[in-house]
Amino acid sequence: MPFGNTHNNFKLNYKVEDEFPDLSKHNNHMAKVLTKEMYGKIRDRQTPSGYTLDDVIQTGVDNPGHPFIMTVGCVAGDEESYEVFKDLLDPIISDRHGGYKPTDKHVTDLNFENLKGGDDLDPAYVLSSRVRTGRSIKGFTLPPHNSRGERRGIEKLSVEALTSLDGEFKGKYYPLKSMTDAEQDQLINDHFLFDKPVSPLLTCAGMARDWPDGRGIMHNDNKTFLVWVNEEDHLRVISMQQGGNMREVFKRFCVGLQKIEEIFKKHGHGFMWNEHLGYILTCPSNLGTGLRGGVHVKLPKLSVHAKFDEILSRLRLQKRGTGGVDTASVGGVFDISNADRLGSSEVAQVQLVVDGVKLMVEMEKKLEKGEAIDSMIPAQK
Amino acid sequence: MASSFSRILTTRQKIGLLSALGGSATAGFLLHREHVGAGAPVRRSYPASAEYPDLRKHNNCMASHLTPAIYAKLVDKATPNGYTLDLAIQTGVDNPGHPFIKTVGMVAGDEESYEIFADLLDPIIKERHNGYNPNTMKHPTDLDSSKIHSGNFDPRYVLSSRVRTGRSIRGLSLPPACTRAERREVERVVVDALAGLKDDLAGKYYSLTVMTDAEQQQLIDDHFLFDKPVSPLLTCSGMARDWPDARGIWHNNEKTFLVWVNEEDHTRVISMEKGGNMKRVFERFCNGLKEVERLIQERGWEFMWNEKLGYILTCPSNLGTGLRAGVHVKLPLMSRDPRLSKILDNLRLQKRGTGGVDTAAVGGTYDISNLDRLGLSEVQLVQTVIDGVNYLIECEKRLEKGQDIKVYSKRWLLRRRNNSSALRDKHSLSEPERRGG
Repeated sequence: MPFGNTHNNFKLNYKVEDEFPDLSKHNNHMAKVLTKEMYGKIRDRQTPSGYTLDDVIQTGVDNPGHPFIMTVGCVAGDEESYEVFKDLLDPIISDRHGGYKPTDKHVTDLNFENLKGGDDLDPAYVLSSRVRTGRSIKGFTLPPHNSRGERRGIEKLSVEALTSLDGEFKGKYYPLKSMTDAEQDQLINDHFLFDKPVSPLLTCAGMARDWPDGRGIMHNDNKTFLVWVNEEDHLRVISMQQGGNMREVFKRFCVGLQKIEEIFKKHGHGFMWNEHLGYILTCPSNLGTGLRGGVHVKLPKLSVHAKFDEILSRLRLQKRGTGGVDTASVGGVFDISNADRLGSSEVAQVQLVVDGVKLMVEMEKKLEKGEAIDSMIPAQK
Repeated sequence: MASSFSRILTTRQKIGLLSALGGSATAGFLLHREHVGAGAPVRRSYPASAEYPDLRKHNNCMASHLTPAIYAKLVDKATPNGYTLDLAIQTGVDNPGHPFIKTVGMVAGDEESYEIFADLLDPIIKERHNGYNPNTMKHPTDLDSSKIHSGNFDPRYVLSSRVRTGRSIRGLSLPPACTRAERREVERVVVDALAGLKDDLAGKYYSLTVMTDAEQQQLIDDHFLFDKPVSPLLTCSGMARDWPDARGIWHNNEKTFLVWVNEEDHTRVISMEKGGNMKRVFERFCNGLKEVERLIQERGWEFMWNEKLGYILTCPSNLGTGLRAGVHVKLPLMSRDPRLSKILDNLRLQKRGTGGVDTAAVGGTYDISNLDRLGLSEVQLVQTVIDGVNYLIECEKRLEKGQDIKVYSKRWLLRRRNNSSALRDKHSLSEPERRGG
């Protein structure tokens, strides 16, 4: 909860033992890292906008653990959170992002030409392709912390930028609070509409406050490029289409992002980015590229093979159900996407998806013919 | 911070330090909220007009009364521990309206909220509490259960009787705003006091964090266990933070007196029994409350109370007595009578389903309780419920015999309620002769 900035001072009257949360039954990254000593050391800090340690960890305190995934258990309230609370966030980032060190540098590569292949995934298996990322607008605090005024400011800037796009990106913005029923139905049918978050992982972090004020969706006329405004991040940018042409999807993604960034920079509000953490987003799990590139792919035989999870792990990919995170697969169709976000570039991550899915489709075809796939199992990427 | 609002603002030096010296039992009698400066809250990069919430689709008391002018006046204020207007109204912004009830739409984070945000809370209190004006009126507190009469209902109709209220511990922030340390201190203070209860009130505390499975099942079977709030009305105000830390349930061995710790209020105190002996339920209620108050006072604490608003609780709807006295009563024929809603309204009663607020009645069995909380004493409210339920049972009996019921006007009922008990005895609602007017 974004308390007034005198609230933290008031709390300091109480001893560390009395304020330290009970994390004995917790299983998330925050709980693994936050000791009483660390809590005592950094609890008197605040970012310039007044975000505190308790604000950072509230979602992790309120949500002890997720049955399927090890959740992060903390969020950033602004760009400075990653600096002010680095004692806590650096080890969490390291744990979550494969040992990423505080001294490591992250490479950003949004040059779609560097991607090899990706236009020949078999559409009989690969039903749809999608790439998403998030962007935060410099100078504003993030969704867990921002006030209504800030959120509306973000929306205003975003709408100006997005509605000035042309060509294949030309489109329309639909604010959530003044959407007509017809518009709403259409957006639901297109699978574009995002709803008020119900997951306590998000609500406990304060991201759903004042819903639906300042929230909306922009999409292009072709319905292949989509931007969410003020959901879990300032912006979520999505490029998608039916079929397996990931190359085209990625090209549109890169071009669209760069156009949007130019417009924001012209208004004096670039994106939050630094050379250590890449693009700064609300959840530490989305740092770096913030990119999830994936496909919906039919793998009924491979998915029940004993080595399926191992194959995914070696390919640096993850599986989800077709409803997205926290859902189960239906009819052998999986959402397969990159597992990494930080420490490798956009091109590298999409390359892993393209190569990995191609391989898995070939494995599926082999299994259909009753042949073994052991020789095809890749080495760790 | 001078305040004509509080009765006694007792002082305590460094709450945390004292409790470190040996728990609530050694706390002194001086209680002083560390004054961190009730100044401007968070950074303000936007003017109040840019921050004012969009309440056009809202239907709650906060939305009815929060004008842009009042918002601008209060938005930069904070209570001594940093609680702000935006925090207080967040639940009302996030929850535009309830289909059945006009919700309040804001909460208090501490005792001082009722003073610092009075420009908004006073009109809300007036609307919610039937015109009560905290600036001109005084709230009567009366926990003398001997004044109650006719409080033993026909058990063929009344299945159970229950009285509940809440109490807040002065000097500690309320559930929407409390820190983990404050919440744990509330638990320590209350559990300490409850351990001193004896005889028919002697009992045991079950902390939500260390409850065994067996204990949990027993509490569920007894219908005592409360769970983490799921209603967004509560979660959006921050009351469920850190669940289940410092939450628990205490009940006496006879399972007729129950205290919830750190749910929606610091404490919720409940007296209940199967059957229709509301008088005894209320007796135990009053005795228990007075005992608990005595025990916390021994240790240097007191309840939040003042003569304008009575007992201070988290939700403005629970100010005054914080009391809801009710019965589960079988009224299948009355439930089909279209006049029932108006009758209940005239009697200053409300009906709920037997699952509590937000539930529907099952098979003509209702939860009937008092509507009012503030401006009338505990004794007056419980008597209102007793008189009303007796009358409803009479109506049901008449309908059973094929006779029509007698309906009293609202004006007559109010006059009767406000008059002496002698007049009430003379004109019992359940008597055959009717008094017109």
